[in-house]
Amino acid sequence: MGGIEWDALLLSLKVGAASTALCLPFAIGVAWLLSRSRLRGRALLDGIVHAPLVLPPVVIGYLLLISLGTRAPLGAWLKSTFGIQLIFTTEGVVVAAAVMAFPLMVRAIRLSLDSVDRGLEMAARTLGASRLDVLFSVTLPLMLPGILSGAMMAFAASLGEFGATITFASNIEGETRTLPLAIYTATQTPDGDAIALRLVGLSMALAVAAITLSEWLHRRTQRWLGRH
Amino acid sequence: MIELNFGRKLGALDLQVDVTLPSRGVSALFGRSGAGKSSLINAVAGIVTPDHGRIRVGERVFYDRDSGTDLAIEARGIGYVFQDARLFPHLSVAGNLRYGLKRARGTHAVGWDSVVEVLGLEHLLDRRPWNLSGGERQRVAIGRALLRQPTLLLMDEPLASLDAPRKAEVLPYIERLAREFALPVLYVSHSIEEVTRLADHLVILSEGRTVASGELSDIMSRPEHAPLIGRYEAGSVLDCTVLQHNDDYALTTLRFADGQLRVPRIDLDPGAPVRVRIRARDVALALARPMDVSIVNKLPGRVQQITPRDGPYADVTVDLGSRTLRALITRESCDRLGLQPGTAVWTMVKSVALDSRSVGFSRRPRSASPAQAPDLPQKPGAPAEAD
Repeated sequence: MGGIEWDALLLSLKVGAASTALCLPFAIGVAWLLSRSRLRGRALLDGIVHAPLVLPPVVIGYLLLISLGTRAPLGAWLKSTFGIQLIFTTEGVVVAAAVMAFPLMVRAIRLSLDSVDRGLEMAARTLGASRLDVLFSVTLPLMLPGILSGAMMAFAASLGEFGATITFASNIEGETRTLPLAIYTATQTPDGDAIALRLVGLSMALAVAAITLSEWLHRRTQRWLGRH
Repeated sequence: MIELNFGRKLGALDLQVDVTLPSRGVSALFGRSGAGKSSLINAVAGIVTPDHGRIRVGERVFYDRDSGTDLAIEARGIGYVFQDARLFPHLSVAGNLRYGLKRARGTHAVGWDSVVEVLGLEHLLDRRPWNLSGGERQRVAIGRALLRQPTLLLMDEPLASLDAPRKAEVLPYIERLAREFALPVLYVSHSIEEVTRLADHLVILSEGRTVASGELSDIMSRPEHAPLIGRYEAGSVLDCTVLQHNDDYALTTLRFADGQLRVPRIDLDPGAPVRVRIRARDVALALARPMDVSIVNKLPGRVQQITPRDGPYADVTVDLGSRTLRALITRESCDRLGLQPGTAVWTMVKSVALDSRSVGFSRRPRSASPAQAPDLPQKPGAPAEAD
């Protein structure tokens, strides 16, 4: 395996981990709003969150470009205040991957939250725990199977993100060229078939590993909670 | 004192509660399903918020509409044992027990060791809740609620989801905890059997209203409550002490204020206090002392009150001297014997009818005034259970 493959693999893993970490707190918050709150406009929030599942990824990439690009107000503010530039950078890849993976994670976490027995939370209150205490000592532990499988799913999806990434963050070697982008580049290069095939093999191995790990974690945590 | 004076509309149920409960001992909340029992204790717990009124436990006001007080559930310092145990599946038994203990404020009056010992939890501590039997689960739930150091323990039909053997397993633990831990208990049940074995004070709830509240034996002895308790189960409750055993025949003789009762053998030492529930339908009446009958429990008394019921029945209250005994007989028999208030009669109760389901094994010594002690005879004709 040469430098190109290594670079692409390491970048993909880095992006996957970062986008999963970025998604997690927001996904738990949104899942909570969708499952537990009586918020007006819940249906709208639901629609916005799930849009990346049904919209063409290029559209998401373009929307990110016109809202977070250096000339867009939000993008300009990010740059002037935090010195963060998203287009043409690894950070931009992370954001694109996070937006695309977000609905998958929200779905898994929301399902697990829906299945948490409210009676257990009530029991915890009678035992002297405040609402916030109940969240951390009862609700989140009971959601753990869903949180872990949601995180694994988001990680795997981030590894494969292509359309939004190439549109928003472009295709720059060592900076934004993740595995799928490297495969695309290789197929566009004369004599790139061998590299492309090796990258495809790598992608498939990663996908299988992620899914196997996800299943195993899910089974472990379910058993830990006594659900068979 | 526990003052419950509040109302709340919940769908078809219009809950209107107005009772004062003693701040010690077990108070049972009895009623049919849908009568509002669970809503009532949920209001005490803070899970249901009343529309109006006041809830006070000892010196602490939990809820007062007028002053705008409504303590959060976790601030009420109550222990709550749910019908379905509700153990945390992500914690071990020990972790579940510690959950409330860690969050308890002030001095810890209920010790870990005593709870583990009284409820027999030692060998369960490392287990996970989903590996426990229904009865074990309920014992852990009780221990968890106790270790939370509550000032009031709420129990919502803790035995209802258990089968008969599991019920028999857990009931003695509940009897013990009422005795071992000086703690008022509010016990919801639709089983008069559980109520008679456990309770000191009885509240009857019907269609959202508290229709009766008072000392258990007093409430049980009043014929007007029979329709609420159920014709089959209604009857009298007598506090007795074990006098002696007859091992040859496997019988036990009990003594109470007005005489003796022979019951199937119970495993308690002489002198131990027990409580016997005698269903009105198991009591027969005779005008003269019955001779040559198999029944040994024969007690003389005078008819105090006759309450005709729907259909063929009449409820007869017989004054035995200091206690009363209720008999459910037919109106026809009542007329044939010419029974009237004041008529001298003999009551008969088959020993066989007084099985273990009717006999409460362990009662804590009564804390009430000496006048209510079971073995102080009063002169016959005096109003029984003077209030």
